[in-house]
Amino acid sequence: MTEFEPKIVAFVCNWCTYAGADLTGTSRIKYATNVKLVRFPCTGRIDFMLLLKAFGEGADGIIISGCHPNDCHYTSGNFHARRRWIMFRGLLNFLGIDTRRIQFSWVSAAEGGKWADIVNSTVKSVRELGPYNDYKKVADFLETEVTNG
Amino acid sequence: MVDIKKKANELLAANAVQVVIGFEEGTSGKSRAIFAQDAAGVDKLIFNSQCVLNLAVYLTKHEIKKLGKPAIIAPLPVMRAIIQLASEFQIKESEMAVLGVSPEGKLVEFQTFAAIESYLKDFKIAMDEKEKEILAKISNMSLSERFDFWMQELGECFKCYACRAACPMCYCHKCAVEQNKPQWIPVAANNLGNLEWHAMRAMHLAGRCVNCDACHNACPKGIPLNFLTKLMMVDAKEIFGQDGPSLKDGHLLSTFKPNDKENFIR
Repeated sequence: MTEFEPKIVAFVCNWCTYAGADLTGTSRIKYATNVKLVRFPCTGRIDFMLLLKAFGEGADGIIISGCHPNDCHYTSGNFHARRRWIMFRGLLNFLGIDTRRIQFSWVSAAEGGKWADIVNSTVKSVRELGPYNDYKKVADFLETEVTNG
Repeated sequence: MVDIKKKANELLAANAVQVVIGFEEGTSGKSRAIFAQDAAGVDKLIFNSQCVLNLAVYLTKHEIKKLGKPAIIAPLPVMRAIIQLASEFQIKESEMAVLGVSPEGKLVEFQTFAAIESYLKDFKIAMDEKEKEILAKISNMSLSERFDFWMQELGECFKCYACRAACPMCYCHKCAVEQNKPQWIPVAANNLGNLEWHAMRAMHLAGRCVNCDACHNACPKGIPLNFLTKLMMVDAKEIFGQDGPSLKDGHLLSTFKPNDKENFIR
């Protein structure tokens, strides 16, 4: 049996973390390949529903990353995003969704090393948590359900 | 109730308003909304503990707006909803009359929304002991217990959207749940769709819920979905100090402070 390879989705902002991840590559820093990046204009643009959608589509972990506070390309997108995450994280926890699988971070365009570290540590912790079967069971409901009225 | 009816009749007779939104006797001991346009309608008005709908929900409905300028019978939850709706620029004080009902059942008249807001300062939103107990019980479950609990409770949901229809804050003409490009929420009433719907509903009410429990009272399955919004309310108060609706303070999720505190972002 092969080892469990977590699927991680990363929602990142175009201006800081995406550029930071680019720097990780151009600096020839190696990091886990489990992560799939989705680029957004700004962290403020990341709808909270996308987190649920990612879990619903089979992600085992999620990384959300953008510019440090005061560094937002649009001046305040990340501040708005931070409030939304604070509220949404509390709600997810209350609903019994495992917030240990969601890593929030600030990674600037100059922090290639930090990005590699975030990805590696998230992959490591999600690997320890194992596949997100609880949620997958719920999400698979669609396919296994008999819909004959 | 007598003075409320008298005032309602006065307003209608003077043509200061064209419709009075209140409660009338419904079937099997329940109450329902009435839109009284004459003295006969006003005569049917009642107010008792069965009046659990939040009448403010009708203020933003275009069918009701067509009836003319409304006067609304407003117990505390309706007053709070009015302030929240006004702060979201959905209603104007010049376009309605508010017939407040104090907790003792007495008529309180308001000329301005600011007067309602200052009246509400003495009646802060508070949860009773039983609600606090339930909230604590859910919060103290283990993660998987909590997930199973909600899956079981939300599994009852068959997506009638009565919670949305009853909520005065759900006034969007086009709700995200009806969007199908992209399809945000699965249409079928399966566990995934129910979870996503209720999570989205709670999140869209974050910092806006006025704790009227109209959603729970409207739910045909009695799902404790009001505790999702109650949690949002408790969090908003504990983390951001938001204490009830306000005309002046910005909205919870459309404002920010550079020094907002969190402990989970690396």
